[in-house]
Amino acid sequence: MKVKVISRSTDEFTRERSQDLQRVFRNFDPNLRTQEKATEYVRALNAAKLEKIFARPFIGAMDGHIDTVSCMAKNPNHLKGIFSGSMDGDIRLWDLATRRTVCQFSGHQGAVRGLTASTDGRVLVSCGTDCTVRLWKVPVATVMESEESLHNSSEPLAVYVWKNAFWAVDHQWDGNLFATAGAQVDIWDHDRSQPVNSFEWGKDTVVSVRFNPGEPNVLATSASDRSITIYDLRMSSPARRVVMRTKTNSISWNPMEPMNFTAANEDCNCYSYDARKLDEAKCVHQDHVSAVMDIDYSPTGREFVTGSYDRTVRIFQYNGGHSREIYHTKRMQRVFCVKFSCDASYVISGSDDTNLRLWKAKASEQLGVLLPRERKKHEYLEAVKNRYKHLPEVKRIVRHRHLPKPIYKAASLRRIMADAARRKEDRRRAHSAPGSRPKEAFRKKRILQEVE
Amino acid sequence: MDEDDEMDMKVKKYLRGESANLEILQDRKLKGQLAVREELYGKSAKAAAKIEKWLLPSEGGYLEAEGIEKTWRIKQESIAQEVDILSTRNQYDIVLPDFGPYSLDFTSSGRYMAIAGRKGHLGILDMKNMALIKEFQVRETVRDIAFLHNELFFAAAQKKYPYIYNRDGTELHCLKEHGAVLKLQFLKNHFLLATINKLGQLHYQDVTTGQMVGNYRTGHGRSDVMQVNPFNGVVAVGHSRGTVSMWKPTSAAPVVKMLCHQGPVTALAFHSNGHLLATAGMERKIKVWDLRKFEVLQTLSSHAKTLDFSQKGLLAGATGSFVQIWGDLAGAQSYDRYMGHSMAKGYQIGKVAFRPYEDVLGIGHSKGWSSVLIPGSGEPNFDTWVANPFETPKQRREKEIHSLLDKLPPETIMLDPTKIGAVRPTRKKEKPTNPEREAELEAAVAAAKDIPMKKKTKGRSKPSKRAKKKQEAVEKARRPFLEQAAKEEELSEKKRKRISEENELPKSLQRFTRKKARA
Repeated sequence: MKVKVISRSTDEFTRERSQDLQRVFRNFDPNLRTQEKATEYVRALNAAKLEKIFARPFIGAMDGHIDTVSCMAKNPNHLKGIFSGSMDGDIRLWDLATRRTVCQFSGHQGAVRGLTASTDGRVLVSCGTDCTVRLWKVPVATVMESEESLHNSSEPLAVYVWKNAFWAVDHQWDGNLFATAGAQVDIWDHDRSQPVNSFEWGKDTVVSVRFNPGEPNVLATSASDRSITIYDLRMSSPARRVVMRTKTNSISWNPMEPMNFTAANEDCNCYSYDARKLDEAKCVHQDHVSAVMDIDYSPTGREFVTGSYDRTVRIFQYNGGHSREIYHTKRMQRVFCVKFSCDASYVISGSDDTNLRLWKAKASEQLGVLLPRERKKHEYLEAVKNRYKHLPEVKRIVRHRHLPKPIYKAASLRRIMADAARRKEDRRRAHSAPGSRPKEAFRKKRILQEVE
Repeated sequence: MDEDDEMDMKVKKYLRGESANLEILQDRKLKGQLAVREELYGKSAKAAAKIEKWLLPSEGGYLEAEGIEKTWRIKQESIAQEVDILSTRNQYDIVLPDFGPYSLDFTSSGRYMAIAGRKGHLGILDMKNMALIKEFQVRETVRDIAFLHNELFFAAAQKKYPYIYNRDGTELHCLKEHGAVLKLQFLKNHFLLATINKLGQLHYQDVTTGQMVGNYRTGHGRSDVMQVNPFNGVVAVGHSRGTVSMWKPTSAAPVVKMLCHQGPVTALAFHSNGHLLATAGMERKIKVWDLRKFEVLQTLSSHAKTLDFSQKGLLAGATGSFVQIWGDLAGAQSYDRYMGHSMAKGYQIGKVAFRPYEDVLGIGHSKGWSSVLIPGSGEPNFDTWVANPFETPKQRREKEIHSLLDKLPPETIMLDPTKIGAVRPTRKKEKPTNPEREAELEAAVAAAKDIPMKKKTKGRSKPSKRAKKKQEAVEKARRPFLEQAAKEEELSEKKRKRISEENELPKSLQRFTRKKARA
């Protein structure tokens, strides 16, 4: 007879010394664990509740400007700093960790309309309504940075005066050229005091300009005749143009998928386009109740942040039709510019109340260095919450956001109006000959025409 | 390829069911996301199967007979000679003839055992060291004992009420609402104590908050056979009519009522995978049921006063002083005799319980309790986060807190626990249209006319009577259709009345007609 019985010796299953970690043995057999789904559901519910408890996205405000913050710029080589320009001509470099001004660049006579940093981060380019483009030298962060470096002033490297007021500026991601938007699109070189090249299509002002992160010679602009135009620097004429029903305030290219860009429009929506196929929007992002003023993509390319005239900042998924997060404060007035920080953890918004505000990109994220155990726990809770987020109790908690009353009322009003319009259209279609009123896709509806 | 088949079977176990059918989805974005997830599930199931094959530390026990030997004739003494000394310590008989038949319970890790003698002897033992932690006398009849979530607390069903005690023997609670309890069971995931008392009332109490979650009358009188199904948390009660009813704390009517035996049900046991139920009746039959189809898989011919399934699926049944163990060795879900153990005459066995994670069977009988070795009954590899036989006090405290955080609400107890988180299937069947309904009616009438009538003798089969009987059968076939039609007529009548009511009133008063709550 052959017989064997389970016999466990204690020293194989317990630790040797008291300094050792306790031994852990795993057996993943489902028969050992009963009611797995119910346990996961309870954990998802608790995770959703905990997330709401820890959701404190606002970190701090940076005050110092004495007029509306009109534009911001990121320095790709220095994660901790951000430039901001205001409507009275004051440009400041802020340190995000201490939330103080490091350096002030004064010189503009009127409002500063555009700010951008050069590829190597040493030169700051600014343009304004006083028809000048100024280049500034950015102070390099030294090891021995002390409190005295606050309120440093810097002299401009160069001041170029031109014929018309400027509305926006953007620097190539990988090159020496920058583009300004005003009566027409001008391409400048750092050393020349006059534009190297100039593009024009129509007689209206160009409101914003953005260079493509992947293709250094492609840029997208939006004009006040409700069009979005894509230019290629190597050709002497503009490449493509799409005219919409309302003006686009700002454009941002997706850094991870450089053929796609998203346009922030006056009709409270953001439209994502594929630059090769402009006759149909890839996605329409709806959630704001007033004009969207600025938009910026996260360096991961998976989400973007928008700031709107309705005093809120929203974060959207790159392919999501609705926002995943909304930030608002009583003191924050109209938001004119937003930026996603270069490490994808923070969002900076500049608004009408002369403050820049620093927010967390993920509202309940634990900042700082996490232990591996903590990180695993956060990942697990995130995964289990995502698995059950469609069930009613969990969904109710995950979806819940407090909205200020005017925004809540405005949003419900818009919903009622949209429902009424849709119902009317459905009835008209039902009462006309079948096929005589084709359904128009929402993605195409707001586009008037595409022109080569 | 045996190895491939083996790996496939293992992977199937870890996949926990069929993969979803993604072809019927029309939303392409959702389809893409789900396809990625399904692939991830497949990969994790394969990884788990590989871990099971290569990385688990221990292998299970076995008993193989050689030559003309049969495994059920092998005695414990011969096993003791072949096995190591540490395991022979698990074979013993504790003789305590004064305190009556003993009932036992193990904690989920198998390390601690609680014993209760009918005449009031309560005790807790640490099975690893064979040490007695605490024993005391309550000087009252004790009918059953059960551990709560860990070894610190246990509940004893005493003469008038159940009591909850601490590990030190301190009486913590006297649960007066339960009455004179016959059997106690603890639902681990929900922290519910389920009891059945002399009057046949089933009580569910939440031991963390002390709230009585449910209190139901089973309706079939006194029964002292109760077991909880570890897979889904429903409590099965066996009655003296031969029926087994299954209960959940959120409904006053039983979920399932099965007629199992032709005499009273004497014992019940559930397999840990939730599919098998073994019931023993007084007519000398033990039936093994498949709980998914509620069909008898096998009938064994034996008495059993107590039954228990082990972690590996062996079934132990005891009657008189003889314990019999059946196992499905071929894996074909058919139970054959595996081992047996007979005690000295005069030892009436009251309860058998397999010890978790060990190849040991604990037997409580009228003269004390014993323990025998059953190779192949326990799960050799434990999971530290589920049940740890080598738990330190710190680990025990942490586990208590984690299990309290994961405490399931009583609404999650249902017959099929995999339905949680699933989507209710949409009603594809539309209401049958009028011609379809008429066709169905015709078909039913035709079928009723075709039924062969029994020809009665002695003058009882007159033609008039036969015709009447046929007419009755046709009416019976028609009746459900007529009832359905009448119900629909009533509903549409109500709707019409409501609409006409609305239209009669002037527009400003129309909001007062609808009695239903508005959004």
